[in-house]
Amino acid sequence: MAKIVAVTGNEAVANALKQVNPDVCAAYPITPQTEMMQRFSSFVSDGKVKTEIILVESEHSSMSACVGACAAGGRVITATSSQGLALMYEILYIASGTRLPIVMPVVNRALSAPLNIHGDHSDSMGARDTGWIQLWSENAQEAYDNTIQAFRIAEHMDIRLPIMINMDGFIISHSIERMEYLDDDQVQNFVGEFKSLNPLLDLEHPVSYGPLILTDYYMEFRKAQDDVESKVPGVVLDVAKDFEKLSGRTYGLFETYRLDDAEIALIILNSAAGTSKDVVDEFRDKGIKAGLLKPRLYRPFPYKEIGEALKHLKAVCVLDRADAFGGSFGPVYMDIATSLYPYKERPVLINKIYGLGGRDYLPDHAKLVLNELVELVGNGTVKSYKEYIGVRE
Amino acid sequence: MKLKNWKEVTPGAVITEAGSSVKFKTGSWRSLKPVWIEENCIQCLFCWIYCPDMAVKVKDGKRTEFDYDYCKGCGICALECPGKKGNKAILMVEEEK
Repeated sequence: MAKIVAVTGNEAVANALKQVNPDVCAAYPITPQTEMMQRFSSFVSDGKVKTEIILVESEHSSMSACVGACAAGGRVITATSSQGLALMYEILYIASGTRLPIVMPVVNRALSAPLNIHGDHSDSMGARDTGWIQLWSENAQEAYDNTIQAFRIAEHMDIRLPIMINMDGFIISHSIERMEYLDDDQVQNFVGEFKSLNPLLDLEHPVSYGPLILTDYYMEFRKAQDDVESKVPGVVLDVAKDFEKLSGRTYGLFETYRLDDAEIALIILNSAAGTSKDVVDEFRDKGIKAGLLKPRLYRPFPYKEIGEALKHLKAVCVLDRADAFGGSFGPVYMDIATSLYPYKERPVLINKIYGLGGRDYLPDHAKLVLNELVELVGNGTVKSYKEYIGVRE
Repeated sequence: MKLKNWKEVTPGAVITEAGSSVKFKTGSWRSLKPVWIEENCIQCLFCWIYCPDMAVKVKDGKRTEFDYDYCKGCGICALECPGKKGNKAILMVEEEK
């Protein structure tokens, strides 16, 4: 029986990790992730989980310890935010290149400088090409559900890649919401026993990790890794199907909201999608065919499926809670543009940068953008392809 | 040795075969080659001790010919060789000669 609770996003994910009961956790506290690992440490101290916690002096060390523990043959977790993720950067590639299924919730926060602790996607967007799978979550329920599914996706024998589960700092991590917990044994049965692949601690079958691979083999390993990426969406969908049987909640590669017959649409990640859906409803009530697409599996990006879902639209605005400096457009915009490029008939695509450093994203912002799309479809003129919104001019 | 294609390599470059480094023949790195001059050799085995690889082969307590499959030509053996009456038992010569 599902248990209905009122909890913060951090508490929800800490509870998911408790229910999975991993072998090893090496983490370092950083706002706004701190509460999650503090709660998980209490579970360890209180004997609620059998996890071994490794205390480290930095995130570079926490990810390094995770790499070692996972190569040794354990089910391994950590969690971080912002500067912590940035400090892990070198080891993120080692985790993915070594194909270690480490599970890491990331509570998204802005990057310094200037120093800021609030919700923003710059941290995970900076790690989008590190070879980690990325799931994004609108609210505490999705963060909890994604965390449980993440173990099955990362540990799948066809995949064996590390995975990060993203949720918005403070907006989700520190706000109390109503949500449903699964039972401990349901979660245990769902994730199953951890199966190791070439574990270092199997003394009967000695192995070497981290060899030097020179010009004669490096490309073969990279091509093999690229091939694995192509298998991820299928596994994500299979795991979601099993999860739906258990929870009644449906997940896909992305969520579409009133999109099928829409003419204009917003594309937006995480918590701001919730606000935007209400505004989409308001526009529908006025007879305007508005819709929304919220990516869930952001890496690997399901280009083909998203292109198919968007090609019929007249105008689309991608809202980015991060900028890609020097890339001209926000990161989500660039991926959406790539997914639409193969189509001769495709929507006009504009980009808005919003909510950086935790700046509020309000229904009025969504209204402003949807009205601009209505105008654009009417007169065919693009005012600006990229613009910051909610900023003082 | 036939090189494997991308479908044949192990996930994450993990090496599952113990002792497989013998297959990595590093002798091709060499530009200078050590030459053993047996009549000047006093069998002190300094070359065997100092060799950073295992390119000095010893049989029944006595050194024999170099293993050129693994000798990278670093020259440490030639430097350390005390020789006999001032005549070195190991000389470094250019590889192509």
